[in-house]
Amino acid sequence: MRLKQKTKTVSGIPTASLPDIIFMLLIFFMVVTVLRQYQGLKLILPEARKISKLEGKRHVANIWATKEGVISIDDRIMEMNQVRNVMYDKRKNDPQIVASVKADRQAEMKLITGIHQELRKADALKVNYSAKTRN
Amino acid sequence: MLTARNRKRPGGEIPTASLPDIVFMLLVFFLVTTTIDVDKGLGLVLPAEGNEQEVSKKNITNIFVNASGKVAIGSGDDLRIVEIRDLRQEVSNRLLANDKMIFSVRTDSRTKYQAYLDVMDQLKMANAKRISIAEPEG
Repeated sequence: MRLKQKTKTVSGIPTASLPDIIFMLLIFFMVVTVLRQYQGLKLILPEARKISKLEGKRHVANIWATKEGVISIDDRIMEMNQVRNVMYDKRKNDPQIVASVKADRQAEMKLITGIHQELRKADALKVNYSAKTRN
Repeated sequence: MLTARNRKRPGGEIPTASLPDIVFMLLVFFLVTTTIDVDKGLGLVLPAEGNEQEVSKKNITNIFVNASGKVAIGSGDDLRIVEIRDLRQEVSNRLLANDKMIFSVRTDSRTKYQAYLDVMDQLKMANAKRISIAEPEG
């Protein structure tokens, strides 16, 4: 008889703290969400196997290059010889900066080597060739 | 007077019963819009400007990539055309023979980026650390 009485007291999961839990989740996702700052250009990234993650977004400067030879940094379309100035400023503000080259897979190497040369002139030597994982 | 007071009383508090629903909706919105996409790619450190060094010929292997994506490997007269997927093995062999080997990737100015990246990928897979990028020809 006693045992039966004990079991009666347990009834249902307490839902009083449910809003708190959900609020916590909400705040987490609000903090994590980065509403896209830069649109970039329309292109198809190349594929590679041995790729590594780029750490964070804080020290990354995206350089977009399409197969038509259009170069864009921070949504500003620019000529090849302007890249060094822009990258130099970025390098000055953040010495750890990594230039993430997002070039179309059909882009010509003339364009890529041009970017290399500009990056070397700007002393931004860390480069990452953005690519998708090949299956 | 009495009836008026009675009417006022039920509206004393904001109903909180639907609060979880509202928060859930917000949560779902942020869940959907969040893209945890990490940028991935092949890392490389370029040589500094004006830092060209003379390297002994026997420590250099050239890898040529032409405009149509054909790859040749070798130094001097000993040049062989290889498939991109065989490049890794070839590079590994050369590294075993000489661990100071520098691989110089030389492309045509019309070489497609994908072909170049394939070669870089193979070099990375073969654990080649010393990679040089030569100025394109033509």
